[in-house]
Amino acid sequence: MKKTGAQIVVECLLEQGVDTVFGYPGGQIIDVYDALYEYSDRITHILTAHEQGAAHAADGYARSTGKVGVVIATSGPGATNLVTGLATAAMDSIPMVAITGNVSAALLGKDSFQEVDIFGITAPITKYNFIVKDQSELAETLRRAFYIARSGRPGPVLVDILKNAQMGTCEFENAPPRPILPEVDHITEKDLQRAKELIEASRHPFIFAGGGVISANASEELKAFAAKIGAPVSLSMMGLGAYPAEDPHFTGMLGMHGTKVSSMAVAQCDLFIVAGARLSDRVIGKSSEFASHARILHIDIDPAEINKNIRTDGSVVGDLKVTLSRLTQIVEEADRSQWLSQIEKWKRDYPPVRERKGEITPYYLISEVAARLPEDAIICTDVGQHQIWTAQHYPFSLPRTFISSGGLGTMGFGLGAAIGSKVANPKRKVVLFTGDGSFHMNCNELITVTMQKLDITVIVLNNNVLGMVRQWQKLMFDKHYSQTTLNRKTDYVKLAEAYGGTGFVITKKEDVGPTLDKALKTKGAVVVNVAIDKDVNVLPMVPPGKAYNQQLMSIDI
Amino acid sequence: MYRRYVLSVLVENRSGVLSRISGLITRRGFNIDSLTVAETENPAISRMTIVLHCDESVVEQMKKQLEKQVDVKEVAELVEHESVTREHVMVKVAATPENRMSVLSVAEIFRANIVDVAAEAMIIELTGESNKTEAFIETVRPFGILQVVRSGITGLERGAKVPGKDRKKEEASF
Ligand SMILES: Cc1ncc(C[n+]2csc(CCOP(=O)(O)OP(=O)(O)O)c2C)c(N)n1
Ligand SMILES: [Mg+2]
Repeated sequence: MKKTGAQIVVECLLEQGVDTVFGYPGGQIIDVYDALYEYSDRITHILTAHEQGAAHAADGYARSTGKVGVVIATSGPGATNLVTGLATAAMDSIPMVAITGNVSAALLGKDSFQEVDIFGITAPITKYNFIVKDQSELAETLRRAFYIARSGRPGPVLVDILKNAQMGTCEFENAPPRPILPEVDHITEKDLQRAKELIEASRHPFIFAGGGVISANASEELKAFAAKIGAPVSLSMMGLGAYPAEDPHFTGMLGMHGTKVSSMAVAQCDLFIVAGARLSDRVIGKSSEFASHARILHIDIDPAEINKNIRTDGSVVGDLKVTLSRLTQIVEEADRSQWLSQIEKWKRDYPPVRERKGEITPYYLISEVAARLPEDAIICTDVGQHQIWTAQHYPFSLPRTFISSGGLGTMGFGLGAAIGSKVANPKRKVVLFTGDGSFHMNCNELITVTMQKLDITVIVLNNNVLGMVRQWQKLMFDKHYSQTTLNRKTDYVKLAEAYGGTGFVITKKEDVGPTLDKALKTKGAVVVNVAIDKDVNVLPMVPPGKAYNQQLMSIDI
Repeated sequence: MYRRYVLSVLVENRSGVLSRISGLITRRGFNIDSLTVAETENPAISRMTIVLHCDESVVEQMKKQLEKQVDVKEVAELVEHESVTREHVMVKVAATPENRMSVLSVAEIFRANIVDVAAEAMIIELTGESNKTEAFIETVRPFGILQVVRSGITGLERGAKVPGKDRKKEEASF
């Protein structure tokens, strides 16, 4: 069957089971948009206000479902507007396919109108990328792109398609997508035995799990493993939801803003088991003193993560779902109830820090929101203090319910991600916790919420400052609040209304409950502006590069 | 141990592969001494030879980062004594009528070839292990070096072993 390159693009999307794409048209992708018009009964295109919003939406779609998120943009500025979104997805290993148009082969390399080397620009921020110069390569390239995005350690893939390859025709046959099988080639008996020995020799094992557990859909296996070996569990921010927050042996997050209990456990454990986490500087702090009494067992799909930041004593490389269930089978059950009661005692002795400042504290607000939402509500965040407070205090109990930019820390991620999450999960509640700084970066996407008839509640934790940076300035720069005081005059109610939504303001504690009741029942784009104190800190805090015993429980000097 | 490592990397000969690999290396802060790349017996595959001075943990991490690249088919370390490495250098030496004979005798000792002679200079080429090429450069330095060009190191494992042949990294079929 002869088809144009543009039709082949859409055919390949359908082949992969894609029914929704996010994007923005332009001259060099106009052929693909013509094909989308032709196939509009089978594929929904969500037009955003800005390509960055579309990229974050595709990302949110992927994070909340595990499916590949697809974003389409034109050449030049359209393509460069995807850059932050791709880097965000790459850092958090999120499967995405970005399709961009580019000028024709005859004009390539001549600084033609809206020509940019997006292939070169995105090489370091994608898992892989392609440039397609001829329609005959298109189908195979797109199939590979989807496979690469989702297989192994997932990540974003960009396919840049020259205009002539979209216009030209060639033979096309549909093919079923190549199945993605769990990666088990590197899981060896020897490594499993070594892991078993380490676990069985341990009296105080401590598990630290990350986003890899979510990406492998292995939370059930994690729970079974932890229960079998009698180990307490901590999570990285990316791992939230992989283990229930209410579990008595959950110690909370570990890392720069992790709990005191997690810090104590990592200092006192004799075996530190890392599952699907990459031990970034935000977790390790000072590497020479990290888990210094413990042996380290690292389980991950990516061999390059083993021994990258910390030397390990054992490792298993491969699909986490498979590895965790194999380990659960082979390890001897042991009684570690003393260690577990120690953890429970620490949890009683060191409850989460809750500074009492201002009329409405972030914890109060977050828990009032949580109390009104079902367990499967999807909670998105932007980046800053509000993000960490949400991570610390919202009781996540299901995977893929916490959507946040971890590795890149992208302010402006939240609204786009919330849109993608809602589009993918129309029946579930979607709430965005954002900051007054972050929200201003991409609040234009409110119009997308309205136009797509999505119900999204945006809760602005308005402290009038770039709170996270201000906190660092307080701690490390003698309170030189350089460019972090916003005090913006934005009227959030009018802003919401201007985009066809509804706005609410909360300044009094007694209004929190009743206003949230109303806001959460209101359809469409809803913005709730909540006044909080500018000096509430994110605590505890291990200052950058410091060891866990230097964890600060307050920073007001 | 901090020392020289030579990695031989088979890559798919696709557009962008050189910039992708060199970008990976610089981005991760690995310092390389030299990198060469050219087609192998199979035109779809190129061989890169990467030489670096670093600690064992760094080379280990670098190998793993290379191995997970989509374009990379195989990464092998060329271990001394089990492999042969060569470098090609060309040196343009100031050769006045007075010192010309001395330059020529040094070239002869090193079995180097004179490939160009002009009134004031000559170009000498030499192929060898890098300790030989370096010794040669040092020996002619007193005569006055005008220019040096080095190819960077290439190498192969000794014996009949062809590491790439039994590689298991599967070729994706779609
Ligand atoms: C795009 C981008 N620019 C700058 C930063 C640096 N940064 C990290 S947190 C932060 C402050 C965020 O302010 P706000 O959204 O109001 O959140 P708050 O910390 O006040 O809760 C800034 C500027 C960033 N993470 N992302
Ligand atoms: Mg703020």
